[in-house]
Amino acid sequence: MANLCAVVGIGQTKHDTMRGDVSIPGLVREAALRALDDAGLSWDDIDAVVLGKAPDMFEGIMMPELFLADALGAVNKPMMRVHTAGSVGGSTALVAANLIQGGIHERVLTVAFEKQSESEAMWALSPRIPFQPPMLAGAGGYFAPLIRAYIRRTDAPADVGMRVAVKDRLNALKNPYAHLKMPDINLETVRKSPMLWDPIRYLETCPSSDGACALVLTSENYARKLSAKPAWVLGGQMRTEPTMFSGRDQVLPLAGRECAKALYGEAGISDPGRELDMAELYVPFSWFEPMWLENVGLAEPGCGWKLTSEGETEITGSMPINCSGGVMSSNPIGASGMLRFAEAALQVRGMAGEHQVDGATKALGHAYGGGSQFFSMWVVGADKP
Amino acid sequence: MVDVGIVGFSQSTMLACEPEKTDAEMLSPVITEVLDGCGLKRQDVDFVVSGSTDYLSGIPFSFVHALDAIGVWPPVAESHVEMDAAWAFYEAWVKIQTGGAKIALVYGFGKSSTPNDLDQVMAMQLDPYHLVPLGIKPSSLAALQARILLESGRATMEDMALVAQRNLYQGQSNPWSLRSGNFSLDALLNAPKIAEPLSEFDCAPVTDGVAAMVVATKDVAEQLVERPVWVRGIDHRIDPPAMGVRDLSDAPSARLACEKAGAHCDKLDVAEIYAPYSHQELILREVMGLASVEKLNPSGGVLCGHPIMSAGLIRIGEVFRYITEGKGDRGLGHATSGSCLQQNLVVTLEGKHG
Repeated sequence: MANLCAVVGIGQTKHDTMRGDVSIPGLVREAALRALDDAGLSWDDIDAVVLGKAPDMFEGIMMPELFLADALGAVNKPMMRVHTAGSVGGSTALVAANLIQGGIHERVLTVAFEKQSESEAMWALSPRIPFQPPMLAGAGGYFAPLIRAYIRRTDAPADVGMRVAVKDRLNALKNPYAHLKMPDINLETVRKSPMLWDPIRYLETCPSSDGACALVLTSENYARKLSAKPAWVLGGQMRTEPTMFSGRDQVLPLAGRECAKALYGEAGISDPGRELDMAELYVPFSWFEPMWLENVGLAEPGCGWKLTSEGETEITGSMPINCSGGVMSSNPIGASGMLRFAEAALQVRGMAGEHQVDGATKALGHAYGGGSQFFSMWVVGADKP
Repeated sequence: MVDVGIVGFSQSTMLACEPEKTDAEMLSPVITEVLDGCGLKRQDVDFVVSGSTDYLSGIPFSFVHALDAIGVWPPVAESHVEMDAAWAFYEAWVKIQTGGAKIALVYGFGKSSTPNDLDQVMAMQLDPYHLVPLGIKPSSLAALQARILLESGRATMEDMALVAQRNLYQGQSNPWSLRSGNFSLDALLNAPKIAEPLSEFDCAPVTDGVAAMVVATKDVAEQLVERPVWVRGIDHRIDPPAMGVRDLSDAPSARLACEKAGAHCDKLDVAEIYAPYSHQELILREVMGLASVEKLNPSGGVLCGHPIMSAGLIRIGEVFRYITEGKGDRGLGHATSGSCLQQNLVVTLEGKHG
């Protein structure tokens, strides 16, 4: 039986297009120091460090955990580096949580980052691989056809994606760390923004951000000592399916469905729509909000868009989604998944400030990656299981 | 701690260049072999974890393509470290500790022959702001490390040649070796230097290769095979990256990992250590206290074949083989990562249970 694990420290950077004021070590330290400060711990108190980020070719540093060992206080300690594509921020937190749950350590620091201003993501994502079609248009080119398939399948009205784009940016105004600040955004400005990959308009995509996120995870013993309001990890799961396989449904991936099902089983949740108070879903393109609502079981297949259209995913709705502003407002790629996990934990700790959901006690953090094929999720709760 | 047993290990023949096959094509027969050996089907495995780096293939998410070798349909619980697969082995061990898995498949892969100049690519591990622009290569840093060791008076060029001689000799009986032979000390000492004081025989060769291992909980392991090999201790530690703040003739993280893994080296029958340069074996022998180990690197070590990203897992696999073949009962596997032995992992293994 696994030991209990709790989140007692949460830190993130101010996310921005270019954090020219800090190097990569400076960026990760900014998030890590905030998490340590929140936990009331110092570097010396940490037993092990788990680092995550998206492909090394983004920044051009091979296995950067080696370079960042002293910046993250890991010298003389165990240090690991996780990489599971876009889901990596979530997977990294889960690998770190396993160190506590397995009884190996009691206080673990986990950090994820991306410094896209020192990167060339489009270049790194577009290599010529022999015998494979080039993915020249980057992620948007890959995901637009999936969104078109979703719209065709569900008859969702054309403005659903635009509503998500507006809602997430208005939520971001309440989050001091969010990258995009667009107080004047509305359905009309989104509609008039240039079409990039039909049906994805410019304002329906995520930004490129510099940013990092850090969590301090502890055993039950330390959680009691360190925090009046820890977020308890009620469950954590990862699932993977292949990129190219004609039997898969990329609009409603089986790996995502099975991941959520196993997660709810682990967390003792039988009706996620009722029992979860909010969710942070990995939504890099607006339409992925209704798609993931269905995939994680918060809506019936074909019905996710109705929750969005009816305003149920706003902070005041019945299932608030991405109160932080989500990936649509801040996207330091490698950290984006951990930010979802962190925001879920902030909510159940009641520490989400202006974007707090009243009385949130159970929340879902979700991340995905690759061609909608890698999933990592956790459920955190205010009450000890 | 939950008892974890290694029940199977397979690797590909180590080649200077595998021009025909992709990573997935190299992995597929090895994974089939390791699962068949334990009487397992792919669906019996409840956790999969791998180690690799995008910088060998020059493709982002290169581990994604390798998934075709295991077949991830229906979906599987899967994870990946951008580290040597010895750390994937560690993650599998952790996962079993949590109760989240009973049978885990671990694999590592990489074709070091893909880059035109592997040394230039490995240099991308260094400080990107201060060291990379200088154009220094890991082999040059290793040569500086060797020089520091020699000048400390703790080792001689002859000691280094003896390391190469013994490993290359032992590699002759390793069917997967890329390079081995019975060399005279004179031949090794007089070989042309590629980075003074290192000759090609002091440096692990560029190698393509993959490896896979299956680990399981005690109850499952004992059902699967007659003689599982048990993990008695495992730990890994890291030193600072900046060369100037380290005594390069020392490897504190290796010493600490040994201590924390409970490696009482005086009682070991076998040790397989990952020393990509001959002088690094001398450093590791000293800091890890391996002087009295009965058999050191029976496989010939990485001087006989160095498939980056699986070479560490292969060290653990070699100890597993040694014990299952009944040649000894207690062993130590070691893996390293980064320049000049920056990061080190130690696992102690035992054949007998209880």
